[in-house]
Amino acid sequence: MGVSTPGSPFLTTTVAQFEKLINWARASSVWPFQFGLACCAIEMMATASARFDLARFGAEMMRASPRQSDLMIVAGRVSQKMGPVLRHLYDQMLEPKWVIAMGDCSSCGGVYNNYAVIQGVDKIVPVDVYVAGCPPTPDNLLYGFIKLQEKIAREHPLRPVTEKELKTA
Amino acid sequence: MGPLWVVLAITAVKSLVVIVALLTAFAYMTWLERRLVSRFQVRIGPNRVGPFGLLQPVADGIKLFFKEDFMPSGADRALYFIAPGLAMVTAFTAFAVIPFGPPEVKLWGVPLLQIANPNAGILFILAVSSIGLYGIILGGWSSNSKYPLLGALRSSAQMISYELGVGLTLVSVILLSGTLQLPQIVEQQTLTWFGFLPRWNIFVIPVGPLAFLLFLIGATAETNRAPFDLPESEQELTAGYHTEYGGMKFAAFFVAEYVNLVTASAVAVTLFFGGWDGPFVDQVPLLGVLWFIAKVFAFVFFFIWLRATLPRVRYDQLMDLGWKLLVPLAILNLAITSAIVLIWPSLGGG
Repeated sequence: MGVSTPGSPFLTTTVAQFEKLINWARASSVWPFQFGLACCAIEMMATASARFDLARFGAEMMRASPRQSDLMIVAGRVSQKMGPVLRHLYDQMLEPKWVIAMGDCSSCGGVYNNYAVIQGVDKIVPVDVYVAGCPPTPDNLLYGFIKLQEKIAREHPLRPVTEKELKTA
Repeated sequence: MGPLWVVLAITAVKSLVVIVALLTAFAYMTWLERRLVSRFQVRIGPNRVGPFGLLQPVADGIKLFFKEDFMPSGADRALYFIAPGLAMVTAFTAFAVIPFGPPEVKLWGVPLLQIANPNAGILFILAVSSIGLYGIILGGWSSNSKYPLLGALRSSAQMISYELGVGLTLVSVILLSGTLQLPQIVEQQTLTWFGFLPRWNIFVIPVGPLAFLLFLIGATAETNRAPFDLPESEQELTAGYHTEYGGMKFAAFFVAEYVNLVTASAVAVTLFFGGWDGPFVDQVPLLGVLWFIAKVFAFVFFFIWLRATLPRVRYDQLMDLGWKLLVPLAILNLAITSAIVLIWPSLGGG
């Protein structure tokens, strides 16, 4: 994807404004996938419930179907058997989609430094934000989520990234 | 009445206004539901996007619009595409016969506060909402996936079962009013008893309250709302009939669901709570629209409250409730209503 806008500053600014709108909408309405793997999932549920309330950011719509969700929070260690399933579910999500690796296990394997657990979920899906902790507290996850929102706001859904922007990013 | 083109033009404008109003209502019902359910669960709810989170539906809409357009492999392409549209169109169509204001408000002889007035208004609503079921079944079937198919089958079984109970209940209301036309049903309810108590159908003791209760349960089941939202129960069926739908096609199903809820509330208000009837409507007819909206809003609030309060019922419990309780009670209600109308014919609309 990408609209080429060579040599037309007016068109470039229009596209930039339009991109801002799309990014605002995408960052304000990230629907997570209802997908818990281990103990981190308990903290993820706590994030969505009272006191922490992920709903304030418009992200409490935990969709059960991957087709309707935008964000996969990998909450827990991913065993070798779960790996293909996780990748399958990730592939079933519709673009644009993001991944948060929640906790040490899904970030790098954590305490499960053995043959049964995949050492970091970034070996099978592209991860946008890593949240450290074992398990991370709900406010840690919220912080990671806000970081993801900031990341989404910097994206370019309509045009390719220029080299200048790559350098400043 | 003016010439045909005037009537057609006015009807088109009326339809457009109602569709825009319903779409806005849909958007802000999602916001209201999320805020209210949050309140019920001691949370805050969406408040970051715009003041009080008021821009949340806008953001959701834009996001869904710019999602990837998707078609599952092996799907029936035509039906997969048609199903959400069918669900949405029928949801809007059912609203066409609901009077949302007094018939005196006219422009060139065309009543402004109701889109169409067929002489079988209630039957029209029942028929159109049954066609809406095709949207769900076709959506589930054409996805070529097991969860949508199971969800669609559940939904059809549920809606057909409850259609019976609701239909029988409506017959007793028709008996009380002696007409199928919704404006006339409302017109009769604008009268009073003893000079102060409104003659709303809910106050026709004992059949009115019972009929209303049966209708309310049946309508909750027919609109697939909690506690009867089995067609999309996520722990068994992922997301039910719209599992394979994403982006705007999913949004269309969502619109259909919420507009059906508004229509069910509007039917309940029209049949049992006097529609647009309220104080000072005889002096300022346009006030009727406000009363109507207020009453429908109260029902929408009630349905959201219900969702936040009750757990989902099991499937066999749902069927038991429908066939073993609602249908017999509806038949009993019908018998009592017939007897009352026979003894006291003036109740039956003369």
